[in-house]
Amino acid sequence: MQNPFRSEAVAFRFLLVLVAAVAAIVLADQLLGRWAALAVAIVAAAAFTWWVVAGGPPPEQVRTAPARRGGPGERRILVVANETVGGEKLRACIREKAEGAERAEILVVAPALNSPLRQWASDEDPARRQAQQRLDDSLARLRDDGIEARGEIGDSEPLQAIEDALRTFGADELIISTHPEGRSHWLERGLVEAARARFDVPITHVVVE
Amino acid sequence: MSAHAAAGHEHHHHGPPVPHKSSRVSAEVLGMFLFIGSEVMLFGAFFTMYFFVRVVNPEGFATWPPEGFHLPVFVAGVNTAILLTSSLTMHWALTAIKRGNRAGLQAGLVLTLAMGTTFLVTQILEYARIGFAMGDTAFASVFYGLTGLHGAHVFVGLLLLTVATVRAFRGHYTPEHHHGVELPGIYWHFVDVMWIVVYATVYLL
Repeated sequence: MQNPFRSEAVAFRFLLVLVAAVAAIVLADQLLGRWAALAVAIVAAAAFTWWVVAGGPPPEQVRTAPARRGGPGERRILVVANETVGGEKLRACIREKAEGAERAEILVVAPALNSPLRQWASDEDPARRQAQQRLDDSLARLRDDGIEARGEIGDSEPLQAIEDALRTFGADELIISTHPEGRSHWLERGLVEAARARFDVPITHVVVE
Repeated sequence: MSAHAAAGHEHHHHGPPVPHKSSRVSAEVLGMFLFIGSEVMLFGAFFTMYFFVRVVNPEGFATWPPEGFHLPVFVAGVNTAILLTSSLTMHWALTAIKRGNRAGLQAGLVLTLAMGTTFLVTQILEYARIGFAMGDTAFASVFYGLTGLHGAHVFVGLLLLTVATVRAFRGHYTPEHHHGVELPGIYWHFVDVMWIVVYATVYLL
């Protein structure tokens, strides 16, 4: 997306283009009449909208590292999983990551996955209830395996859920658990690659059947 | 690795927490978007009022301004040219400091300030001689409302430019650090953009 006022030079160029567009509208009005002026104005507005929405280079991706929150010797592991947190492979991965640390703090985040329509309508209560159910089941299974963890419901957008959790939890390790390729919407949308590009924290991808 | 490096830094950090920077939109860009958004809504409200009054004009949409009112199109046109030229000198000032040309920066800012002041004084003189008052009719109200709102923005721009000019003469700003000129420059071009729209809709169309 373009911002016509992102710098003085861009704003100056935008001003010149606007002057040309307004001059064309006024000329059309004087020479061809009101409807011609309206047509020129609509074309100019459409061109401007297209330039703002589609123009410009993609926004610069800033890779961010979370600030550390834990004490010395503590290892903080963030697990982001949809419905796959119960798998043995994931539990083994968590144990492996926690090994060697004096104390391991584990946070499981279950994004409140929602349909776009419900999201636009701010109808997220059912999604949050389902996420809470999944989270409770996951934490209970981890507890059964001797892994103490706490949980949170995250944003419906998994990348945003990770970012939110990193800001408050400040993880040393991030584990993303997904279904295998072909069954995972997250993999289809390139979640793991996007997370690696965006967060400067070791990321482990665990595929759970 | 970086996480651990950040961790080490964190332990020696005193005072408020290290600010986070979202990887989606930088704070500067977000701030500018919010500012432009609020300004567009403000001017949009006044333009809505203007077009409403024009559409419900009993003499018809094309009869504008209403009978008995005459707008000084030529004087406002000259004023528009002055304001547009002031954007050119503003751009010149910025280009000059980016090249390390301090005299160019100072001259550009002084010229911009002078032309902006000329624009505002001319507008005040126009108000004094235009022959109708704000409370006369709905047309008079929207005319003073729109042009006055813009005039208020010009006044704020002049204050920003005054600060930038004083700082320029005190030796501030370098080719690498000239944020104090860049931001008034963006604001000044925005004020010009709004004037072009105001002038075209109120005086010409």
